[in-house]
Amino acid sequence: MTTTLDALVRCIAVLLVFLVLPLVIGQTEHKVMAHMQGRLGPMYAGGFHGWAQLVADGVKFAQKEDVVPSGADRKIFQLAPAVALLPYLLALVAIPLGPGDLLGQDLDAGLFFVLAVMGVGVLGSLMAGWASANKFSLLGGIRTAAQLMAYELPMLLAAASVAMAAGTVSLTGILGAFHWWWVPWQIVGGFVFFVSGLAELQRPPFDMPVADSEIIFGAYTEYTGLRFALFLLSEYAGILVVSALTAVLFLGGWHGPMADSLGWLWMLLKTFALAFLVIWIRVTYPRLREDQLMRFAWTVLIPLSLAQLALTGIVKVVIS
Amino acid sequence: MAPIPGRGLAKGLAVTLRTMTRKTVTAQYPDVQPELPPRSRGVIALLEENCTVCMLCARECPDWCIYIDSHKETLPAVEPNARARTRNVLDRFAIDFSLCMYCGICIEVCPFDALFWSPEFEYAEEDIQDLTHERDRLREWMWTVPAPPALDPAAEEPKEIAAARKAADKAHAAALAAAEEPKEEEA
Repeated sequence: MTTTLDALVRCIAVLLVFLVLPLVIGQTEHKVMAHMQGRLGPMYAGGFHGWAQLVADGVKFAQKEDVVPSGADRKIFQLAPAVALLPYLLALVAIPLGPGDLLGQDLDAGLFFVLAVMGVGVLGSLMAGWASANKFSLLGGIRTAAQLMAYELPMLLAAASVAMAAGTVSLTGILGAFHWWWVPWQIVGGFVFFVSGLAELQRPPFDMPVADSEIIFGAYTEYTGLRFALFLLSEYAGILVVSALTAVLFLGGWHGPMADSLGWLWMLLKTFALAFLVIWIRVTYPRLREDQLMRFAWTVLIPLSLAQLALTGIVKVVIS
Repeated sequence: MAPIPGRGLAKGLAVTLRTMTRKTVTAQYPDVQPELPPRSRGVIALLEENCTVCMLCARECPDWCIYIDSHKETLPAVEPNARARTRNVLDRFAIDFSLCMYCGICIEVCPFDALFWSPEFEYAEEDIQDLTHERDRLREWMWTVPAPPALDPAAEEPKEIAAARKAADKAHAAALAAAEEPKEEEA
């Protein structure tokens, strides 16, 4: 009985985090982006500096008609937003928030699980692009596929470097083995992982698949109402997951002064610092062209991640 | 020395971060009124007491947006054998702000200071015909006309004051001279 209750509480807690934190990140993006451009951003919704803007957006989306194009593959089209969003919820289950068992579920293959599940998330975009019966959607879907192919590899290699350093693929195990000098040791891997994560989320400057000046909104062109909102939400949930994962793998997660009592705070701080970085990069850089995108992945990120893997191996052999 | 690779990327990040720490330029207009510069051109006000119906403004207006109607009144002669005087009386003075291009020529050209710029700008209407302001509405704008801004400290004296001062100086000198003369006779 207690185990059932325990599982239930954990599930609800993960769901709450999943529903609240992406909205916080989204609101931060509204405000940070505005101020970086010398604007104020939303100011009316909710009364105080537009804090309820995303709630208002959600209400608006819920009121809209849910249109499915007549030529579309109905089932696939309607399923795609769920496929895009749910993997991030599942990934969140395995990410530790603090020391001990302050996480949804401790998995032995946690890292493997999270990366595999995140790969599924991109399938949502592919399904949407294919099922929409729209050439812009199809182009966006194909660009998503190409980008996924190119950036999944350096991401996995960078994550493998950390797993190699810790000698385990369990996320709690990796955090248990963490020492502060891992940060400079794995910094190249961290860079590669974070940048590939950005590309996987199709965040600017890697937003070629949704380049609005060329292909409208890529795979999401035909979506309206709540399903469109789910795609947007999955983008912000993705920022949360990638930031949290980078924090766990490369910045030591809950490690920090007074980690026993304030571990969760350190984890949240690191996650939000990285989420801020995601927004900051979005505001600063223009979109990469498709060929630049590919060249960056294959000629910069993959060699870097391989070099990091080699470095990790050498250091590991030397210290053991 | 060759530039460090990635320097431009870092510079870009610095620019956005610096902008974030600065004050935003957004004007929260309906909540906060804008601070308009002096001599802002919002609406044209009419001081109809000064108007002599000379029609200069209506004729100079490049897009013919000023409507003036008047009639003549005959005043009885002041002296015997004199001719009776006639005078123009203003019947209608209207400016169509849907045509007006805010050039201000009417204000420049008015020889009797009957037209003024007011900084008020919130007079949008739902019907374009309501943008024609008749004389009572134009007279009401007069209350919003600000006092003319003070002259620059280094500016030349205004002509009126210069002329008055000249006359006063002359009178003063004459009075002094008149006071001196009797003394000379005594000596």
